[in-house]
Amino acid sequence: MNYFTRALMGASALSLLATGAMAEKITIATVNNGDMVRMQKLTDDFTAKNPGIELEWVTLEENILRQRVTTDIATKGGQYDVMTIGTYEVPIWAKQDWLVSLNDLPESYDMDDLLPAIRGGLTIGGELYAAPFYGESSMVMYRKDLMEKAGLEMPDAPTWDFIGKAARAMTDKDNEIYGVCLRGKAGWGENMALLTATANSFGARWFDMDWKPQFDGDAWKNTLNFYIDLMNDAGPPGASSNGFNENLSLFQSGKCGMWIDATVAASFVTNPKDSQVADKVGFALAPDNGLGKRGNWLWAWSLAIPAGTQKQDAAKKFVEWATSKEYLALVAENEGWANVPPGTRTSLYENPEYAKVPFAKMTLDSINSADPNNPTVDPVPYVGVQFVAIPEFQGIATSVGQQFSAALAGTVSVDDALASAQSLTEREMKRAGYIK
Amino acid sequence: MARSISRRRQVVVTLLAWAIGLAIFFPILWTILTSFKTEAEAIASPPSLFMFDWTLENYGEVQERSNYFRHFSNSVIISLGSTLLGLLIAIPAAWSMAFVPAKRTKDILMWMLSTKMLPPVGVLIPIYLLFRDTGLLDTRTGLVIVLTLVNLPIIIWMLFTYFREIPGEILEASRMDGAQLWDEIIYVLTPMAIPGIASTLLLNVILAWNEAFWTLNLTAAKAAPLTAFIASYSSPEGLFYAKLSAASTMAIAPILILGWFSQKQLVRGLTFGAVK
Repeated sequence: MNYFTRALMGASALSLLATGAMAEKITIATVNNGDMVRMQKLTDDFTAKNPGIELEWVTLEENILRQRVTTDIATKGGQYDVMTIGTYEVPIWAKQDWLVSLNDLPESYDMDDLLPAIRGGLTIGGELYAAPFYGESSMVMYRKDLMEKAGLEMPDAPTWDFIGKAARAMTDKDNEIYGVCLRGKAGWGENMALLTATANSFGARWFDMDWKPQFDGDAWKNTLNFYIDLMNDAGPPGASSNGFNENLSLFQSGKCGMWIDATVAASFVTNPKDSQVADKVGFALAPDNGLGKRGNWLWAWSLAIPAGTQKQDAAKKFVEWATSKEYLALVAENEGWANVPPGTRTSLYENPEYAKVPFAKMTLDSINSADPNNPTVDPVPYVGVQFVAIPEFQGIATSVGQQFSAALAGTVSVDDALASAQSLTEREMKRAGYIK
Repeated sequence: MARSISRRRQVVVTLLAWAIGLAIFFPILWTILTSFKTEAEAIASPPSLFMFDWTLENYGEVQERSNYFRHFSNSVIISLGSTLLGLLIAIPAAWSMAFVPAKRTKDILMWMLSTKMLPPVGVLIPIYLLFRDTGLLDTRTGLVIVLTLVNLPIIIWMLFTYFREIPGEILEASRMDGAQLWDEIIYVLTPMAIPGIASTLLLNVILAWNEAFWTLNLTAAKAAPLTAFIASYSSPEGLFYAKLSAASTMAIAPILILGWFSQKQLVRGLTFGAVK
C-alpha cells in the first residue's frame, strides 16, 4: 500500500467519522397515541432519506406534555426542536412569536391539499404555524342493532331531540345497556369540550362581543338541563367521572347505545381485536338543534417548530416528511388504510382505497361542518369551537367543568352550577383585564 | 381461658394485619396482573383476577418502543446521587442541631420543614430559568442538585431525630479521649446512628425514585428517569392500560425489590427511638 492510498483511506475514514459527528440530532416532543407511536416506528424511512439527521423522541401523556412544552417555549428553554401541539395552543403561541412560520415549505408539500377547516385553525395572519399530523372532529357512534331493536333509524344528521328519544328507547338498565355515553369528567379538554360544542348548537356562547361571560343566559341553562336530564335517564352510572377512555371501554364492551365523541374513536370501536361490537357500529354527524350549528368540535395534533431552536432546517425537513402525502402512503403500505392518520389532507379522502374505510366519509363531513372562526350562532370575539383560544381558558374552563360535573353527579343544582360558572368566569376575566 | 382469648386475639390481629397489608398492596398487585393481560382483557367487565390468557406481549412492546435501561440508569444515578449528596450535607447539619443547639435551632428546623409546604409549581419558572442559564436542563447533575434540595429538609429532620436519641455523654467521653470533631462524627456518632442513617438513605432513595414533578419538568430526552418512562405510556385518548401497567411494573420493580430486601433495616430505622 503506497503513501497515496494510505492517505486516501485515512481521509475517507476521517470524513466518515466527521459525517457521523456532524449528524444533527433533533428532539421531538410528542403525545402517546396510536398515530404518534406508529410514526416513531416508521422513522427509518425519514432517516434513510435524510442521513444527516438523527431523531430523538420524548413521548409524554397529553397534559404533562402540554405543561412541559409550554414551560420550555415560554422560557426559551430550547429543549425541543419539534413540538406536538393542539389547535388551542397554535393561535396563542403564534401571537407571542414563539413559533416558526411554515409558509416556506417547498411546493411539493402541497399546502393547498390540507383540509381548509384544519388549515384555518393553524393559520394566523396568513402564516401557517403548525403542520397538521392528524385532525379530528366529533360525531355520533351508535349501535345499529340496538337502534333497530328500538324501532328507530338514525339519520345522517340527527337532532338533539332525536338523540334524546333514541337514547331513552335504547336504555335497558337491567341488562346494563345505557342509551348514551357522554363525557362527565371535569376538565377543559374533557366534559367542557363536549359541553362547549353542545352549547354552540343550543345557541349558547362563552362570551359576548365585549367578553362578558354568558352563563346567566337561557341558552346555557337549556344546554345543561338537556345534558343532565339525558344522562340521568339514559346514561351509565357514575358518568360524572367518565372521560374518553371510560366511555370507550363501555362502548367496546357493548354497554352504550350511542357515544358522541372524537372521530378518532371510530378506528378503536370498529377494531375486532379490542371491540365486542366492531361489526355493529354506525356513524352520524353530531346533533344540532336547527339553529345552524352542530355540536361537533374540531381538533388537530400538529407539529410546530419553536422559534428558539438552533436546528430549524432539520426540524422543517422532519415536519414536512411527517405531514406529507407520502407519509400517509407509507402508513397505508405498512399498516393498512384504516390506520392512516385522518383528517388532514383532501387527497386522502379522494383516494378510492381510503373511501372504503367505514368511518372515512363521516369523519370528513364532521371536520368540514366545524368552523373555528364562526363557532356559535351569535357572534363571538374568539376563535375555537370547543375552546376559546385565550391563555386563561384552560384554568377557567377546568373550574367551570368541575361545577358542571358536580351538577351531573347531583351534588349541586343546575342553577347553582351556572351561577358559580358565571361568577368565577367574570372574576377571572376581570383579573385578566378583558372586562372591567 | 385467658390463653384461648389471647390466641383468638392473636388470630384476629394477624388476619387484620394481613387484610390491611393486602389492601395496601392490592393496587400494585392489580397493576402487575394487568400487565400480563391483553388490552381487551385489561378493560373487561367484570374483570378476571387470575383466569385470563397470560401474555408477555406488553413487555415486548414496551421494550421495543422505549430504551428502558437508559431510564433505569438515570433513575439509579439521580436517586442515589441526590441521597448521598443530601446525607453529606445533612449529617453535619443534624449533628450540630442535635448536640450543639443554638437559640433558634427549633425555628431553623421548622423553617426547613416549611419549604416542603410550598407547592413545587410555584418555583418552577425561576428554577427552570436558572437551569437554562447554567446549562443544567436535561442533565443528571441538575436533577441530583434539585432532588437533594427538595429532600434535604426530610433528611435533616430524620437524622436530627435519630441523633437526639444518642446520649451526649458518649460524645463527651470521646472528646475527653482526644477525639476531634470529624473523628467524633465518623468514628463515634455514625456507627451508633447506622440504623437511622440507613433508613434515611433508603427512604430518600425511594422518595427520589418516585419523584415525578421535577424529573418530568426538567428533563427531555437525555436525563429522563423512569417517571418519564411511565408517563410516555399514559394516554387520555386510547386504551393502553395493559402497556401502561407493564411500563409501571418495570419502573417499580427495582425499588420494590430493594424495599423487600431492606425491610428489616427500614422498619428498625423508622422505629428507632420510638420506644423508651
